[in-house]
Amino acid sequence: MAVFLTKESKVLVQGMTGGEGMKHTRRMLTAGTDVVGGVNPRKAGRTVDFGDREVPVFGTVAEGIEATGADVSVVFVPPAHVRAAVTEASDAGIGLAVVITEGVPVHDTVALTAYAHRNGTRVIGPNSPGLITPGQSDAGIIPADITKPGPIGLVSKSGTLTYQLMYELRDFGFSTCIGIGGDPVVGTSQIDCLGAFEDDPETRLVVLIGEIGGDAEERAAAYIRDHVSKPVVGYIAGFTAPEGRTMGHAGAIVSGSAGTAAAKKAALEAVGVRVGSTPTETARLATTLLGG
Amino acid sequence: MDLFEYQARELFDDYGVLTPRAEVTDSSKEAREIARRLGGRVVVKAQVKTGGRGKAGGVKLAADPAAAELTARQILGTDIKGHRVRSVMLAQPVDIEDEFYVSYVLDRAAGRFLAIASAEGGMDIEEVAATRPDAVARVPVDPAEGVTAAVAAKIAEAADLPMRTVDVLVRLWKVLVAEDALLVEVNPLVRTAQGQIMALDGKVTLDDNARFRHSRRADHETGAEDRLEALAAERGLNYVKLDGEVGIIGNGAGLVMSTLDVVAGCGARPANFLDIGGGASAQVMADGLRVILSDPAVKSVFVNVFGGITACDAVAEGIVRALEDVRPTRPLVVRLDGNNAARGRAVLAERAHPLVEQVATMDGAARRAADLANAA
Repeated sequence: MAVFLTKESKVLVQGMTGGEGMKHTRRMLTAGTDVVGGVNPRKAGRTVDFGDREVPVFGTVAEGIEATGADVSVVFVPPAHVRAAVTEASDAGIGLAVVITEGVPVHDTVALTAYAHRNGTRVIGPNSPGLITPGQSDAGIIPADITKPGPIGLVSKSGTLTYQLMYELRDFGFSTCIGIGGDPVVGTSQIDCLGAFEDDPETRLVVLIGEIGGDAEERAAAYIRDHVSKPVVGYIAGFTAPEGRTMGHAGAIVSGSAGTAAAKKAALEAVGVRVGSTPTETARLATTLLGG
Repeated sequence: MDLFEYQARELFDDYGVLTPRAEVTDSSKEAREIARRLGGRVVVKAQVKTGGRGKAGGVKLAADPAAAELTARQILGTDIKGHRVRSVMLAQPVDIEDEFYVSYVLDRAAGRFLAIASAEGGMDIEEVAATRPDAVARVPVDPAEGVTAAVAAKIAEAADLPMRTVDVLVRLWKVLVAEDALLVEVNPLVRTAQGQIMALDGKVTLDDNARFRHSRRADHETGAEDRLEALAAERGLNYVKLDGEVGIIGNGAGLVMSTLDVVAGCGARPANFLDIGGGASAQVMADGLRVILSDPAVKSVFVNVFGGITACDAVAEGIVRALEDVRPTRPLVVRLDGNNAARGRAVLAERAHPLVEQVATMDGAARRAADLANAA
């Protein structure tokens, strides 16, 4: 079992023929992802040779779905085109749209997530590294060779901190690792992921990686208190971030007294989540809880 | 990007939101001329991107042009909550009948914008919300619908604002959407003795991600105030200057934020945030090191890379190239892990630069960089 993505997932790549799209489609295929097609109206009808596999390019997402039964789309198109790309995928009936693109205007994200939600499409991202179910499928840019299948579910606002924790806990392995993205508004929240991990029989423990900005971690804490029976280990980045400055991720900003790392840590600890002071200590907490 | 009040006011003008007549200047002499043009009696307002100006002495009434010059001289150059006052806005005073509060803010959790409005404007809205929550209306805006006249009427009704504010509520929503703003706040929105609805102050935050579709944006950009931040911005680096002694470079915003925290936990203060991003080239690494080493406050540097997409050998090659180029005089602690880490470590070991030290773990390397900074 896994969350949101399995070996049955058939993946389309919107923006496959661009530089990043090509590089990461190759990596996804190597990781075992069933990439069934790319989408580019200007290159429809061609195929792209990735060595082991010839991947067809479709003019639209709808054509791609009709020809292949695709149910997941990974989006690499430039920021200005993300809204149209996700809207198109959602209209075509895609179940999951994973938006890797960084720099999408917030008004576009607000519009596209509301639209997709109404249409029954789950959006992960934008500004997300994607998600991986080790040993089954990798949708996005998370390296597949860090770790193996196992009992840990991971949800994170940060790509590299995800990789760091996957690496530290590589001997246990992961059910699914989800990078929800570092933007102020994202399609899938920490709460959505916690709920999915709670329902996933393979997941025995959840690692939650948060960072400054907004109140998603505080909301996650309330959700954990009421709905999550599995152990959760947390890590929060940004204790030393000054007020009012954006720290890399568009969403990572402390505004006045809101969105501080200290408040998030306190909220999580108040509901029994163990919060590590460094990524390594966080991994140690998880190790202890898993009986390692 | 936050706008200054005078910039927000210009935007309001463009969308037909009434504001008092006003002009901005960085010279007290000119302030006198402006006051004369505006009729003599003016409000002198410090232009800083922070709240609580009034309480900090940044807003004063001047009775005539001579007083305006004097007041401008007093306010210019002062420090308000860490922000230096570089310009003042002089505005015609308004006879206020009623003060309201209105804003459109991003509700991150709900993924949509929220209209916040209150008939008790002029004060600190957070305080009003805390002490008398019923006095503050919060109305979610459907992104597909936006704020139409009908929606604006609902907002006004919920907040007990006069229906004459409906037109302004619609116009402020147009500012938010058309300018790709993340925040539009007017406090106070007033009803004048003549019955006009007028914005006496304005706070606007623009979405940096939307810069590509707003050619006018460049007009608002006053550039980084910090010399090092300006240098980093020229090179397209994601850099924030901080007060400490340990220079920090890493890949990925989350990992870099975490690195600052871990260094702080070791008893040293980070000198900066610098994210070289995914798949960084040797050039980016060299540029990053150059910026960090031109900060005289830096006593040691911590390079913390977990190679996901980024290959550690490429990072190491970048460091080696930068060493030839930058010629550091302060020690570098390097931690490489993940993709091609063994090869990356070998590259640095072979170069054997006397100022470069490799430490295997993030926590250990942070400790070492902190110790080196504290010992310097």
